[in-house]
Amino acid sequence: MSDPAITPALIKQHGLTPEEYERIQGILGREPNYTELGIFSVMWSEHCSYKNSRPLLKTFPTKSPKILVGAGEENAGIIDIGDGLAIAFKIESHNHPSAVEPFQGAATGVGGIIRDIFTMGARPVCSIDSLRFGELTSPEVRRLFSGVVAGIAHYGNCFGIPTVAGEVYFDKSYEGNPLVNAFCLGVLRHEQIARGAAKGIGNPVFYVGPATGRDGLAGAAFASQDLTEESAEQQRGAVQVGDPFMEKLVMEACLELLATDAVAGIQDMGAAGLTCSTCETAARAGTGIEIDLAKVPQRAPNMTPYEIMLSESQERMLIIVHKGREAEVKRIFDKWDLPWAEVGTVTDTGRMMVKNRGELVADIPAKKLADEAPIYQREAREPEYLKAVRAFTLAGVADTQDAAGNLKTLLGWPTIASKNWVYRQYDHMVRDGSVVCPGSDAAVIRIKADSLPQDGEGKSATVDKYIAMKVDCNAVYVYLDPYEGAKTVVAEAARNLACSGATPLGSTDNLNYGNPHNPEIFWQLRESVRGLAEACRAFNAPVTGGNVSLYNQNPNGPIDPTPTVAMVGLIDKLEHVTTQWFKDEGDAILLLGDVVDRNDPMLGLGGSAYLQRVHALKTGTPPRCDLDREKELHLALRSLIYSGVVKSAHDCSDGGLAVALAECCISQQIARETPRLLGAEIDLSAFTGVRLDALLFGETQSRVVISVSAVQAAKVLAQAKILGVPAAVLGKTGGTALNIKANEGTLSCDLRELHDLWWNAIARAMA
Amino acid sequence: MNFAVLQFPASNCDQDAVHVLRNVLGHSARLLWHKETSLGNADAVIVPGGFSYGDYLRTGAIARFSPVMQAVQAFAAKGGPVLGICNGFQILCEAGLLPGALIRNRSLQFRCEHVFVKAATANSPFTSQIPDGKVLRIPIAHGEGCYFADAETIARLKAQNQILWQYADAQGELTDVANPNGSVENIAGICNESRNVAGLMPHPERASEGLLGSADGRLIFESLIHALESKSVAKAA
Amino acid sequence: MKAKIIITPKKAVLDPQGKTVQNALEHMGYGGISAVHVGKYLEIEVSGDKETVRKQIDEACHKFLSNPVIEDYKFELD
Repeated sequence: MSDPAITPALIKQHGLTPEEYERIQGILGREPNYTELGIFSVMWSEHCSYKNSRPLLKTFPTKSPKILVGAGEENAGIIDIGDGLAIAFKIESHNHPSAVEPFQGAATGVGGIIRDIFTMGARPVCSIDSLRFGELTSPEVRRLFSGVVAGIAHYGNCFGIPTVAGEVYFDKSYEGNPLVNAFCLGVLRHEQIARGAAKGIGNPVFYVGPATGRDGLAGAAFASQDLTEESAEQQRGAVQVGDPFMEKLVMEACLELLATDAVAGIQDMGAAGLTCSTCETAARAGTGIEIDLAKVPQRAPNMTPYEIMLSESQERMLIIVHKGREAEVKRIFDKWDLPWAEVGTVTDTGRMMVKNRGELVADIPAKKLADEAPIYQREAREPEYLKAVRAFTLAGVADTQDAAGNLKTLLGWPTIASKNWVYRQYDHMVRDGSVVCPGSDAAVIRIKADSLPQDGEGKSATVDKYIAMKVDCNAVYVYLDPYEGAKTVVAEAARNLACSGATPLGSTDNLNYGNPHNPEIFWQLRESVRGLAEACRAFNAPVTGGNVSLYNQNPNGPIDPTPTVAMVGLIDKLEHVTTQWFKDEGDAILLLGDVVDRNDPMLGLGGSAYLQRVHALKTGTPPRCDLDREKELHLALRSLIYSGVVKSAHDCSDGGLAVALAECCISQQIARETPRLLGAEIDLSAFTGVRLDALLFGETQSRVVISVSAVQAAKVLAQAKILGVPAAVLGKTGGTALNIKANEGTLSCDLRELHDLWWNAIARAMA
Repeated sequence: MNFAVLQFPASNCDQDAVHVLRNVLGHSARLLWHKETSLGNADAVIVPGGFSYGDYLRTGAIARFSPVMQAVQAFAAKGGPVLGICNGFQILCEAGLLPGALIRNRSLQFRCEHVFVKAATANSPFTSQIPDGKVLRIPIAHGEGCYFADAETIARLKAQNQILWQYADAQGELTDVANPNGSVENIAGICNESRNVAGLMPHPERASEGLLGSADGRLIFESLIHALESKSVAKAA
Repeated sequence: MKAKIIITPKKAVLDPQGKTVQNALEHMGYGGISAVHVGKYLEIEVSGDKETVRKQIDEACHKFLSNPVIEDYKFELD
């Protein structure tokens, strides 16, 4: 079979512009052949090169004394957590594959991010996921949702990694464009950090893991274009299939091999498979690499060089081994019954040379391919729709007449409702480290000796650390005000960490947007990156890496701009770990922060869940977050937690104060079918002159509901005052109902009913 | 005491079992690779949770043929105590060391949640230290944990007091709502006729420390340790 | 030759998968369905004397490929 001729149509089909093609000719000094064209097309896709977003990504804060491996250096960033230990973490999207085949798309997304973590030499210890779908009233959306959740469960559960937290939003803009962002965190000692560099001229290059097939051919390029029926159909023939059992073996073997010091460099074959791993490792080391495709294990007969180089078969790794240590690879991979093959060597040519049965099929300068993709400063224009958003006022919105009914509506909305239907399908407790399981503000895990790559036979029995993490993104806020909305995304993640008792260490973000060639979309991207950067700086949570996923749109339009932020923090002592639910009868309930932002003409209702669900309005300027005040709130909250008085802490976000209070009353689950309900008597009559809907359901930022024992209340108020944070006693815990009294009206709800609506909403929608 | 915790390629609760036995309960515990043919000086064997060999054909179907399981068969035949947890329970059933089988949950979905289980008898090396009437709060995490055996086998299990644990509600009632997977008779775990081999779907190793939310699972390990120390189970040669 | 093996849940065993498929079919308007059983189908490519292969496959089905506690099997060779 001969390769097709390079025509303008073929170049276009590969997603390359005429200018990019000229650049390729310039780099090679000649016409590329078909295989080389394929290689450039995947490496210069947005997914691999960030060609549309790189200038923006450079504005993120990426440095701190604790960062051991920074953003963009390697497959994942690494942060010091003290005592010679470190964590590696990263978030990555698998949106397009999940739209095509939800189960395998999501499963391989989880597999891919786990590989990124153990490639760094870390043992993956937990994962979290951020998911978005259309509304569950659509059968197609239910199919995608249940497929994605089952895929994540399948891969994570079988691999043996707990899925400890996450978020799920449902909004029409994601109909047909589901978002699947998977995060993984691993643990290692400083000296165990592995590098993805092809170091040492003459060192042999090994391929380990299952054979290469035609799966996911050019998936990276597919992910870098709009999702259409044709593009999806093309991919369906080549769905990547995940094998968590294989990945578990590959991980254990790789960690065992890394412990021998035989490894000079290691990289997983993710997007763009063999292509990306060979040219990137060579580019990082400033070396060249030569491989022979005839030696690559192949699953299908008659695969062409083009197909082998672009395949995205899963669970494969590229390992560069110090010359003379080849036997160790063989010994360890044979022990784990894994396929391996020596496929090439590191050279001093600076070129990526690919041979097939002696014939040279690709010859490209590695560094130019990996690092010199074109960079675009796209045109940006403020979107038209923002005019109407800013012009919107509450004047035409009548205050609520049925606060209790509104609360039930909100608690039963799948976006706010309990996500137990999702996380009960995930093993969230394996590895014996889940201190706070899904269902509180942030997950908390314990790091212990066996969290490290070596199982710690006696060596590190005293390891004992607590890591909190959370992923957040209220994309409606970002849609309605990209800059301010993005700030609140980061603020909410940091607030969730503070509520659990943690101090941020760093963050990783996944920028999900529509097509950047549309100036209005690019404006959303640019403005929200500005907000993210500013807020990450404010909370001292530098970005250690992440992923950009553009072209999330189908013929019906783009998604809401969705920069999901996963933030990771450290909790010094076990006693500081705090959960969101009320603990004891008779405790005082306090609000830290202002009950409502009176400077906000929308009183916190812009873009709120309340306006969306009760008035069917997705508009209004969303609440703003003053980063300085927010920081003060977190400092004060942590200081109160450290002093030992805080029994529960829960942030006010979607659905406002009423939803936050209800969640404090109903969210503790003792066991299957056994919630622990603890009521509250709330008196808001001191807050005069505020509409009832704004008071109960407004989403003013920088607020946290805490509970403390009644005798401590006055002391806590005084302490909050010293710390410069507004605080007020709202009421006390007790009883079996949530009763709220305000000047403009009252609300009274039986907790059993609220719990049932909230706990079972998604299960009912899926039945 | 010396515990051997089996390690199949895709075991994933193996280290958790070692952690609890070693660091929480202070006993010696080591991992035993599936290709091993000897249990060494083990006083008891734990077959941990996970997916053994990927479990693509049937849970535990391949594991029973592994070299280490031949050693476990011999050990159990001599009266050595063996405890299978989750996938370990599935393997012991497949291997014929325990009667019955574990099939797909009736919800068809994987379930990870805390459940309540009640010991049906104190007369076993795995339940002797559980106070009478105590309801244990222990997590489950499985997709195929629905215990099934034919009516005759169930009758025999009952007659010989081989049902060790049953799913219950907080008050200890064996209700249908408390049953997370559709198991016959709310069975969460059983033992063999000679009472030295037991299996259960809940994970006691995930409920052995207060910081993980429950320490009730320790009672199961402590029962086993008590039995070993008082030599009420024969030490296999 | 090829051994085609069909493994089905025993009639007495709860078969939630079959039940779910049955319900879905009924919802979709397919009438007259009294039971659905979801099983497994395996194809094994094997060579040798037909009678010997038959014995081997039968033994493998009994010992390993099916679990006689919960499953029945049947196979054909061609």
